[in-house]
Amino acid sequence: MGEVNFNNVVKRFDDGTVAVSDLNFSIEEGEFLVLVGPSGCGKSTSLRMVAGLEAITGGEITIDGEVVNGLTPRERDIAMVFQTYALYPHMTVEQNMGFPLRMARVDPEEKKRRVRSATNILGMENLLGRYPRELSGGQRQRVAMGRAIVRSPRVFLMDEPLSNLDAKLRVQMRGEIARLQRELGTTTLYVTHDQVEAMTLGDRVAVMHDGVLQQLAPPARLYQAPETVFVAGFIGSPPMNLCRATIMDEGGALVAKFGSFALPIDPGSIEKYPNVREHVGRDVVLGTRPECFFIASGDLPENKLVKAKVDFVEMLGAEALIYLPTDAEQIDGSTRFGVKAKTGANGGTEPEQLTLVARIAPKTVPSHGEMVNIAYEEDSLHFFDIDTGRALR
Amino acid sequence: MDNIAGRKSHLTWAVNISVILMVLIWLIPTIGLLVSSFRDREQISETGWWLAPLPVEMTFRVRTSPEGAAQQNGLWVLEGNVFATPDMEEQLGDDDAELTRFGTRGVNPTEFAAGETAELRGGGTLTVNSDGSWRAESEEEFGPRGPTIYFAAEVPPQFTLTNYETVLTADGMDRAFINTLTVTVPATIIPILIAAFAAYALAWMEFPGRGLLIAAVVGLLVVPLQLALVPLLSLHTSVGIGQSFLGIWLAHTGFGLPLAIYLLRNYMVGLPRDIIESAKVDGATDFQVFTRIVLPLSFPALASFAIFQFLWTWNDLLVAKVFLPSDADSQVMTVKIADDLLGSRGGDWGILATAAFVSIAVPLLVFFTMQRYLVRGLLAGSVK
Repeated sequence: MGEVNFNNVVKRFDDGTVAVSDLNFSIEEGEFLVLVGPSGCGKSTSLRMVAGLEAITGGEITIDGEVVNGLTPRERDIAMVFQTYALYPHMTVEQNMGFPLRMARVDPEEKKRRVRSATNILGMENLLGRYPRELSGGQRQRVAMGRAIVRSPRVFLMDEPLSNLDAKLRVQMRGEIARLQRELGTTTLYVTHDQVEAMTLGDRVAVMHDGVLQQLAPPARLYQAPETVFVAGFIGSPPMNLCRATIMDEGGALVAKFGSFALPIDPGSIEKYPNVREHVGRDVVLGTRPECFFIASGDLPENKLVKAKVDFVEMLGAEALIYLPTDAEQIDGSTRFGVKAKTGANGGTEPEQLTLVARIAPKTVPSHGEMVNIAYEEDSLHFFDIDTGRALR
Repeated sequence: MDNIAGRKSHLTWAVNISVILMVLIWLIPTIGLLVSSFRDREQISETGWWLAPLPVEMTFRVRTSPEGAAQQNGLWVLEGNVFATPDMEEQLGDDDAELTRFGTRGVNPTEFAAGETAELRGGGTLTVNSDGSWRAESEEEFGPRGPTIYFAAEVPPQFTLTNYETVLTADGMDRAFINTLTVTVPATIIPILIAAFAAYALAWMEFPGRGLLIAAVVGLLVVPLQLALVPLLSLHTSVGIGQSFLGIWLAHTGFGLPLAIYLLRNYMVGLPRDIIESAKVDGATDFQVFTRIVLPLSFPALASFAIFQFLWTWNDLLVAKVFLPSDADSQVMTVKIADDLLGSRGGDWGILATAAFVSIAVPLLVFFTMQRYLVRGLLAGSVK
């Protein structure tokens, strides 16, 4: 019960804008799949197409093998949790949660039993008689969840359900949603713009950008092996440093030169990105994770070091971020390779210079203006094609 | 400490004063009507309602009779009191009036001040004092009629319930009240029923031509109903409704619908989209979304339109005149007041003011029972 398929799904609005182009993926039965991306990337539209709240322009969506394109929301047997919770203000909590059952003409006794069991799961037995206006944000969120689970639908759809909560409550509810989904085992499609939510909740995460699916993978793989420059820049905080680099062969060893700086490419990284070999002498996009840098401790050979001047330091307690200005050209994954960027990719504006961010242990924090030697972990360089933005694999 | 949100304008007092002034200005006509409805008919025609608590100077005429004239020192003397005549006693009741001026000729009834001595036309003199006592002296015997005394007196303010008695006990007023209710209640309910359905469709259902339909409804708002009276009546006659209650219900419904649809549609379109979509995902059909979600949440808009429609069908005179038969059995209150009470008593302000207040009573009751729905925040807690 509850396998969702996207087959070449296209959404074009009346004014001609393409919100979703050629979306293909499937959500396994019982899977928790998170759709993540910046605002306007088409993730909510995709969700609403599954719900039946948005017409599908092209392709088809199936639930359990049944094409649902022409079905109304009520015929799809799905439940949705809205960002605003969308509780019915004139009904009590009990009536709110019982509403889907009442619409389905479930017998009143059975309805009562199922509402009670849902409230037990969510721990809000004492709220049944209250109206939404008498509830706190977290309680409202819980009622919205309850309304979704009472009818045991084929699929849960959640549209940024946590974004109206304060930070602390968000973490708590995040855990609760994960627990609930595990217990119920219902297929869930969850939309968010928050990568932390995506990484912590999802069995698999689908990253979208400009209506195009960039990568669909388990969270760990998304972080370790990003498929495109966009994913590389989107997942991770602070984001990956992305710059234009040239692959050079210096006496059999490959080196990535960016601006006046250079990093040796270790065999482990080449193994992950074998295509790098084909790009000797050509420009690529080089990606380095801030957390993979460390302050060199002296016994490293000279060619593994990057010498740079510290511009400023952010002390975060458990770690420190140091900002190192370079003369390499910065690559912006969200504008350069998107659908919208294609028309004027290199149009006009001066390329920005990369400020390298390194996340280091707080024990040896350099001060402003100091020259530091930093080195980079092995196996952890990322390479992308400068024209297509795809990983050099 | 003066952040933008918390800063109080130094001109708050000016705002308060101008609001109070405006409220007063708006209230003045109503207060005037209220005061006038309790005043005596003669007093209304002498001074404005704002002078109601002050004594009114009114002019009277008293004919005297020569009976009781006596000869004293060679002169015929006639004495009396102008306030002691039956007519005046009826006018004044127990109040004391004060005579200010008097005269002997109708063309100039206030020629002399109280206490002065005036020449009578037929010879002789007349003295009238401020307490009303008078004394005429003449060398000859008075003719068949005594001297006619014209005088102005300060009459204390008189308040009376006579006007209310007249209006409430007028023949057929109870019938007219029932008729007004018969017209008003269906003429309020029918358009709300129709408009609520239309407004939901125009606000939340996708169909081709929706925008044009909304534009047409807005366009209908500007059509004056006076323009439609005659063609509508002839239509009613040709389909056999003619002048009847059914006819006036339909007419009021038609005239009320554009505003009703416009008002309700604008309210419904402002309901949070999420709530309606949520109901659809929860398995509600369009009809269920309408009856279970949109209708209960639109109650404030329904109530405010109901008040409007009730008020102007209650106060309506024109449509009732056109679409109802003119016989006494189907007269509504406005027609009754205009035709029977005022038509035969032209310029009777006391009756007019009283009728206005009698007919205001029911709308006021409706307003105060419904107004709490206008201010209640029904949407609190639904989203966010």
